[in-house]
Amino acid sequence: MLKPVDVLMAGVGGQGTILATRVLAQAAQEAGYDIKVSEIHGMAQRGGSVVTQVRLGKKVFSPLIPAGGADVVLAFEKLEGLRLLPALQPGGTIIINEQEIPPVPVLAGVAEYPANIVEYIRSAVSDVMAVNALEIAEKCGNPKAANMVLLGAMARRLPFGLEVWEKALAARIPARLLEVNQAAFAAGYDYK
Amino acid sequence: MKELLSGNEAIARGAFESGVTVAAAYPGTPSTEILENFARYPGIYAEWTPNEKVAMEVGIGASMAGARTLVAMKHVGVNVAADPLLTFAYTGVNGGFVLVSADDPGMHSSQNEQDNRFYARFAKIPLLEPSDSQEARDMVGLALVISEQFDTPVMLRTTTRVAHSQGLVKTGEHIPQDLRPYTKDPKKYLMVPAFARLRRTALEERLTRLREYSENSPLNFIEWRDKSIGVITSGISYQYVREALPDASVLKLGMTNPLPEKKIQQFAGAVGRLIVVEELEPFVQDQVRCMGLLVTGKEFIPNSGELDAGILTRKFIEAGILKTPADAGTQGKSLPEAPVIPGRPPVLCPGCPHRGLYFALKKLKLTVAGDIGCYTLSGLPPLEAMDCCICMGASIGAAHGMSKANPEMAGSTVATIGDSTFLHSGITGLLNMVYNNGTGTVIILDNKTTAMTGHQHHPGTGSTLMGAKAPAVDLETLVKALGVKRVRVVNPLDLEQTITAVREETAAGEPSVIISRCPCVLLTKTTKPAVRVVTDKCIGCKACIRLGCPAISMKSKKALIDSVSCTGCGLCVQVCKEEALAEGGRSDA
Repeated sequence: MLKPVDVLMAGVGGQGTILATRVLAQAAQEAGYDIKVSEIHGMAQRGGSVVTQVRLGKKVFSPLIPAGGADVVLAFEKLEGLRLLPALQPGGTIIINEQEIPPVPVLAGVAEYPANIVEYIRSAVSDVMAVNALEIAEKCGNPKAANMVLLGAMARRLPFGLEVWEKALAARIPARLLEVNQAAFAAGYDYK
Repeated sequence: MKELLSGNEAIARGAFESGVTVAAAYPGTPSTEILENFARYPGIYAEWTPNEKVAMEVGIGASMAGARTLVAMKHVGVNVAADPLLTFAYTGVNGGFVLVSADDPGMHSSQNEQDNRFYARFAKIPLLEPSDSQEARDMVGLALVISEQFDTPVMLRTTTRVAHSQGLVKTGEHIPQDLRPYTKDPKKYLMVPAFARLRRTALEERLTRLREYSENSPLNFIEWRDKSIGVITSGISYQYVREALPDASVLKLGMTNPLPEKKIQQFAGAVGRLIVVEELEPFVQDQVRCMGLLVTGKEFIPNSGELDAGILTRKFIEAGILKTPADAGTQGKSLPEAPVIPGRPPVLCPGCPHRGLYFALKKLKLTVAGDIGCYTLSGLPPLEAMDCCICMGASIGAAHGMSKANPEMAGSTVATIGDSTFLHSGITGLLNMVYNNGTGTVIILDNKTTAMTGHQHHPGTGSTLMGAKAPAVDLETLVKALGVKRVRVVNPLDLEQTITAVREETAAGEPSVIISRCPCVLLTKTTKPAVRVVTDKCIGCKACIRLGCPAISMKSKKALIDSVSCTGCGLCVQVCKEEALAEGGRSDA
């Protein structure tokens, strides 16, 4: 029985949100799910919000997760996690990177980066996992692998086994970067 | 094994499998990846053309010569290509021809959200609407068969959610197609009035046969479920309907021009309440109503923006079609007040050369007619250095028109246009300005690429879509040949040079072109060391912040440079009057 799962991922351009999305989709395919993935990147090459939606099930129709219907929100940046909070369904899980990337209105001093985002999210959602993915990825050898730390952290909450993830990583990540990404994924998977 | 493909990848795959050997396009979101993917298949030819009209014309020629052909563009590109399209509908094809129109409901990356299904009806050509990647792949092949069977170009209309969503696709083998023999046939291909009148009649006869095809095509099928509600739908809306009204009967239209009227009548007669669900305009609904049927849809479903299953559910509840869920209003615990969430608007990249140019234009307080490209972002805060943006190439005509209407604006108005956009449709605007004794200044932002759509080649880059070397157009020579005598080149990352050039050229009283030349920062692999903040000298005046560079922020009332994203372009060093910012490599003074 393939239980439907809706995953919403959000990050900032350049954080590797798209690659993480593709590894998840690959893993889901390996596990025998029907899949739809929707990617909308902002107009700029860099620095805009990136939101992707991955829907898994026996048969998936719409590529879009209905508002307030996501089972899991995976936020690569704190503010983007806060922004997507309304997309999470009651009882859903949010995994949030503790990294802060201030948007231009904040840099320009016309807006403030909200304080205590994780605390606020904890007050609203019972299943919150906050991860310092950047630090963990640096320890694994490459800060750019923070996306795989987060993916690993989420992997435990999804209904398919580690061997499926390992296959997906090997299929989607270039060979020369595979080792560090595997290490980052494992560190995320084991994160408590 | 099925492959996970986006709609665009699936279209490229379908075209390859069906023996398409020629494809042409101008890049435009959400259509760009079709040609990028198609170009990687063996044994085919694909090219970027300077604009969509040329792409269409190249495609027409390829079809006449007997090749199966695909031409792709974003919705507004069809406006540019409409002239050849509407007459190509008369001549018909030799090799099968499919035009992909990628519409953008919700305007994720566009200046309007026109519904291009009307073009198919306007041109009187068949229209197919895939609702996922599998259908996108399948319908390309079907479109080519219809094209050859009925001697007509066929439009395949996608939307952003089909083009950019991925789904599992069962692919097939590549089936090569022989070039169809070409025979000279002026009565078919030479559209002078006497021959066009013959083809006009043929067009109507063809439509009659296509109506019959539409009635019996497996593209249009009925899924019988509960008959109290019957939904007619097409494209991505089908997926939303299946989720919002899983029990309703559905007439799914894969072919929406011409419509299968008998099938619609049959469906309407068997269901209680008839509803049409479609994104954007009531294209199908209005035609169903004209058939004399009682139908609703746009009375409660929005005609702007994208739909989704959630919107449909809400609208069906409002219209009394769905019941309000029993637990509505009671779910979810009450939350503490949420923090204010600042937006994350798209921005010019750190090191982007456009930033220097628009900073200069803002400083000179000029009226700036803008155009389509990354640089359009300069119209947003904090630069706010652009007055208008309409369509590809419009900046030059607009600036010229402003100056003719109000001579006081003549010396204080400039047109700004990217290199790819200038070659797309700016050349004629400049020719017009020179010819009509305009005195304007046109600034061509030459970053050596089509940046916004993801760095595609164009006639100025020296390379083609398929990686061949190509002659690169010399912009200076080109604009001189149009009659511009004052032509100069500036580096937009040199503010003083740029400001001086713009000041002098706008005062010159004759047509001038400034080529603001610096390659896109994402193309230059070597970046200089990051700029350093000399903290003692920084007075927190925020002059650097006003550049809108994502690498610069304020911390404790002092400028802070993110050394990872800073490319060392040096613009901020030039705007800092306190010498508090230093080129990289220097130590704190």
